[in-house]
Amino acid sequence: MVRYFTRLRVRRIYKWGGRPYIFDRKLKSYGFEYLNMSVEGQEAVTTVTPGQYILIEGNDDEYPFVAKLLKFFGDESHKQKKALVQWFLRLSEVPQNKKLLLGRSPHPQEIFYYLGRACDNEINAESILGTVHVQHVPEDTPFPEPGTKDTLYVKLSWDTKAFNVLDPVLMQDTPASTPPKPALPLFPPCASPTATPVSRGPVRRALPTPDPTVMRRAGSVSDTRATMSAGKRSTLEAESIHSASKLSASKILSAKRRGSAADTPGVRKKLQLSIGASPGKKMTRADVLCELLDEEMESEKVISLKLSSSVSHSLQHGCSLSPMRSVCKTPNGQRRFPWKLSSISLDRLSPTALGEQDFSRATTPSRRKESAMAIREPALGVLAEEDSEDSPMQPIALTPRSKRKSAQLVSLRIRKQLNLLDNTQELISDGDDDCFVPSKKDLQSSSDEEKTVSEEETRGRNCKTSVRTPHKTPSKKVCMAVGGFCGACVICFYRNLLDNTQKLFSDGDDDCFVPSMKALQSSTDEEKSEEETVVRKTRGRNGKTSARTPCKTPSKKVTPSTPRHATPSIPSRTVPARQPGNILDEARARLHVSSVPESLPCREQEFQDIYNFVESKVMDGTGGCMYISGVPGTGKTATIHEVIRCLQHASDMDEIPTFRFIEINGMKMTDPHQAYVQILQKLTDQKVTADHAAALLEKRFSNPAPKKETTVLLVDELDLLWTRKQNVMYNLFDWPTRRHARLVVLTIANTMDLPERIMINRVASRLGLTRMSFQPYSFKQLQQIITSRLNKVKAFEEDALQLVSRKVAALSGDARRCLDICRRATEICEHSASHPSSTGLVRMSHVMEALDEMFSSSYITAIGCASLQEQLFLRAVIAEFRRLGLEEATFQQVFVQHRALSRVEGLQPISVSEGLAVCQRLGACRLLLLEASRLDMLQRVRLNVSQDDVLYALKAVRD
Amino acid sequence: MSHGQHYSERFCHQRLPEKPVGMESQHKHLLELLRRTAVHGESNSVLIVGPRGSGKTMLLNCVLRELLEVKDVNKNVLPVHLNGLLQTDDRIALKEITRQLNLENVVGDKVFGSFAENLAFLLEALKKGDRSSSRPVLFILDEFDLFAHHKNQTLLYNLLDVSQSAQAPVAVIGLTCRLDVLELLEKRVKSRFSHRQIHLLSSLSFIQYLDNVRSQLSLPQDFPDTKFYDEWNDSIKVRHFSSYPQLVDVLQRHYNSSKDFRSLHLLLMLALSRVSASKPAIKPTDLLEASRVCMVDSKANILHGLSILELCLIIAMKHLNDIYEGEPFNFQMVHNEFKKFLQRKSHSIHNFDKPVVMKAFEHLQQLELIKSMDSSTAKIQKEYQLMKLLLDHSQIMEALQKYPQCPTDVKQWAMSAFG
Repeated sequence: MVRYFTRLRVRRIYKWGGRPYIFDRKLKSYGFEYLNMSVEGQEAVTTVTPGQYILIEGNDDEYPFVAKLLKFFGDESHKQKKALVQWFLRLSEVPQNKKLLLGRSPHPQEIFYYLGRACDNEINAESILGTVHVQHVPEDTPFPEPGTKDTLYVKLSWDTKAFNVLDPVLMQDTPASTPPKPALPLFPPCASPTATPVSRGPVRRALPTPDPTVMRRAGSVSDTRATMSAGKRSTLEAESIHSASKLSASKILSAKRRGSAADTPGVRKKLQLSIGASPGKKMTRADVLCELLDEEMESEKVISLKLSSSVSHSLQHGCSLSPMRSVCKTPNGQRRFPWKLSSISLDRLSPTALGEQDFSRATTPSRRKESAMAIREPALGVLAEEDSEDSPMQPIALTPRSKRKSAQLVSLRIRKQLNLLDNTQELISDGDDDCFVPSKKDLQSSSDEEKTVSEEETRGRNCKTSVRTPHKTPSKKVCMAVGGFCGACVICFYRNLLDNTQKLFSDGDDDCFVPSMKALQSSTDEEKSEEETVVRKTRGRNGKTSARTPCKTPSKKVTPSTPRHATPSIPSRTVPARQPGNILDEARARLHVSSVPESLPCREQEFQDIYNFVESKVMDGTGGCMYISGVPGTGKTATIHEVIRCLQHASDMDEIPTFRFIEINGMKMTDPHQAYVQILQKLTDQKVTADHAAALLEKRFSNPAPKKETTVLLVDELDLLWTRKQNVMYNLFDWPTRRHARLVVLTIANTMDLPERIMINRVASRLGLTRMSFQPYSFKQLQQIITSRLNKVKAFEEDALQLVSRKVAALSGDARRCLDICRRATEICEHSASHPSSTGLVRMSHVMEALDEMFSSSYITAIGCASLQEQLFLRAVIAEFRRLGLEEATFQQVFVQHRALSRVEGLQPISVSEGLAVCQRLGACRLLLLEASRLDMLQRVRLNVSQDDVLYALKAVRD
Repeated sequence: MSHGQHYSERFCHQRLPEKPVGMESQHKHLLELLRRTAVHGESNSVLIVGPRGSGKTMLLNCVLRELLEVKDVNKNVLPVHLNGLLQTDDRIALKEITRQLNLENVVGDKVFGSFAENLAFLLEALKKGDRSSSRPVLFILDEFDLFAHHKNQTLLYNLLDVSQSAQAPVAVIGLTCRLDVLELLEKRVKSRFSHRQIHLLSSLSFIQYLDNVRSQLSLPQDFPDTKFYDEWNDSIKVRHFSSYPQLVDVLQRHYNSSKDFRSLHLLLMLALSRVSASKPAIKPTDLLEASRVCMVDSKANILHGLSILELCLIIAMKHLNDIYEGEPFNFQMVHNEFKKFLQRKSHSIHNFDKPVVMKAFEHLQQLELIKSMDSSTAKIQKEYQLMKLLLDHSQIMEALQKYPQCPTDVKQWAMSAFG
């Protein structure tokens, strides 16, 4: 990706290039072949052609939207510039709650193919920032190791519900397949045939043999015909559905900036290429086809026409790389319908597609090596490639300088040596690219030499198309010319194909293939050397970046400035945690407060109320506040989390719109103003100062924005967000009232009357009257909670449970306390399990012991265990209190009593220093409350326990 | 290793005992708890409560030592030691935690980021962990009660919250001597605490105490010089003890005063330091002498060093206290009382100029034998500042008895009822 200097507000100028063709007569829209972008005051012109991956201006300057350009169109005046795109998502654009579905940490450069329908795929062309490189990484392959900054990787698709393995067909590069191609979301959103990744991998790279697969493919094509119209309908539907879309974002933002990417030679080359490749005649034919297509959408005939038109377009632009490989293999072929057909046609045209279809992969230099291997050992080629895919060493990682230089030579040599073997074995081993076989045969039989050249050439060109090197043009031209010629053949061929005529299928294949191949070869011979250098250059470039990246990583640890990017994590353990062994362990694990219960019993009413509140707000797209109060441990936070879980499930099921859940906690921040920072960080991953965050949030919630989903904000421990001016609270309650905010704020605090007590009127008024109070649990509820948590693990006697719940309910109604006591009781039970009488169940006695431990005051025991002098001192304190009639005395006064008492007790009197030490010890335990010790003998002494308790304890000691 | 070194390590708490004495059940409870955290990844929180010197830290360290001997646990736990006296606020505590955990925002010994960032970072780190895969962290909070005084109790809330939610497994172990520590916790913090308390309250009888003294004094089995070992251990046998009733009395007095090991160790250390090469065995007299040093009253000691004039002022103050029943006095009153004495009774002491007396008075104030009662000292003239005597009658009388060459008229004045 190219760097954008966001501060540099440059004005970009967008101009249509190429000849317009009428795209839709009714709407008076015109299609265009490419778009020239230039920056005011600079000469360099960047050309964007359909098929390229582009960056589109969005909210985030650093991470603009990514999409694949499908076509350009505009109105008569040529002022309105629009483009049809296929969106890709970055992970940051995936809703927060769905990110986990990925199930692994995302690659920083990873993007996802967007299969959803919510986004409008029509954008303002003037929001295009530039081009970007996108590479498809097969599912089971790790990401290329040192990911260069400029390349994004696609592995999975995202259909708003789940990440699916991306059908590689979708990623086939058809750079120039322009107007009539239907917009992408033709596929039903859940298109993820599980079988595809496995079956496809090897097949793609395989070389063709005439096979029964022809039949299969024919069958699948007939299937697709049936579903075509359905697919189309779904597109229309999708278009009508679109509500908030990326597009509108880019529409709003007028593109004023310009990427330096625009200067890359590749793009300029592309421009020349397309100029050369668009002779008028072909254009008109394409137009005619388009019209036909538009007018008679439903008819089968038109479908075929449409197909052919798409083909012809691809031909014009000479992209001969699309594979057809998967056609026959796809179990539910109809889903990939349009792609398949076009790819078939393309395959027919070009020998180049041989094993090289994976366009994006071809961009990596080491791809060459792979293909070389495939050719060297054709029988094993599939295997070898699979291996290399599985291994963590990725293509790019394979390119140290030495390898790069030699690889080409070596592969060439090997290939030459094994050429004969090749010819025969390829036919046998390589399965499904059946349509290729005849041509391949021709080619091979004609001359080995030639074949090598062509292969070399193919690879070279693949590399080139991706990097858009200038040397491409001549061959491309030829290819296009051939393509044009072939177009007609293809059309009729496809008609036949759709009629399921198997024979014609293969015939047509031959017809169109051979000439193109020949032509291509003749033209490319001279270029070969040239291209090689280009390829080497490309590699050099790639190699450099890949070489640079690894040394970056270790340096991170050395430089002291980097901890900003540190990832917070606790080291993982070497030995995995043990699972609970016996029934008591199991019970203890279930009773731990942290274990998430299957359900939240006893809060059904509260749950329903909160659920209804949040659901209605999410459905309406409005905002609101709710205040929830209750003493600690009454399940406030747990209930809300449960509500959110349920709502998220509902939104996964598409019952309600997606929403975003953010949680902040007043206790988990150092300062009330940090709330802004945390909210912003959770919303956008930005790290800014509190003031700036407040401003940004203000903007975000007050301005209308596209594609805005409802945000549900949970503010726990609200009382800690109190500031003198109360501006944090004010903002939190004010934002939901804004028209475009779509913010639901749920606040939690302990006291019922918090709004009245600490909030000034304007804050309390904004909070509104939606209040809810969680009552402390009753003993029945507590019992139910424990029982439901235990979930049939029989560890407690019924009476024991009742005792716990009654006791806790009487004291606080805190569920946490209840669970803690139960856990402690299981421990006590375990320790006493050595007794032969024990049943292994937690009984009353155990619970009693646990209750005693937790609730009984330790003062009495402490007094009982105190030393004699300490006990005497306590008695002296009481005696002095009685004498004075006050609950307070100075040490001096008490010490007089103490001395008298020790005489009575027959003890040797202690010195003042010792007496003070005794007093201080009692003070440290907080049996006594003392003044500061610098007052020495004058410090006042007070009892922290009631006199009765002291006397009781002392009496117990004496008895 | 000489026996001297051995004892100094033992009595100065530089080495842990083989096993904690008299706290087996607590030991088992704590060990079991921490083992479950370390092995099963169960989060826990516990408070160890006991008076000063009762062996809280010793117990914990013994448990940790034992815990780390377990093979699975050794590499798997991350202990974090904090002390309320060192980490006086959450900012410092957070930096210290981060440093000890060696999270990624630590470079060398420096922790990067602001307070808020550190908190967010630590919480994020703990949140990312889960029960089965991340290493358990043992947060050991010494002087736990002081952490409760931090603003909002943010640190405690967060640590205890982690221990009660499905995040990285943690064990929060608090050590405190305050019995009322739970009342310090804010209600939300308190609710998150598991209320598990281990009390260390020794109920040692005198017989056990004597046994302890003996075992503390005896050399270990593996002592290299066997001849010396036999001689030494023989010298502290029971019969030596019981044949000296004085010694038993002294120990009883210590036992009555406090049962904890720290004060016992102090006594034994003093006794032991009287052992030398020429006198290679510990004698009961050593213990008696040590006990005398331990029990001595510090104020009486100071009185011995005063001049006659200062002593006279003290006596005057004592009389004033008697007359006015402990009401505060000022310099002028003391001076008058002193002059009365000089006029009526004194034969040996001459008149002193007022400034000289004032100087002596100030010296007493510096020694903190008298203390000013007014907070705003600046406004009132020195002579009229209200003072109180920080000495007991008994202390004064004791000091007079021992004061070297105290004039008899002064002694008599001191003992007479009213001036």
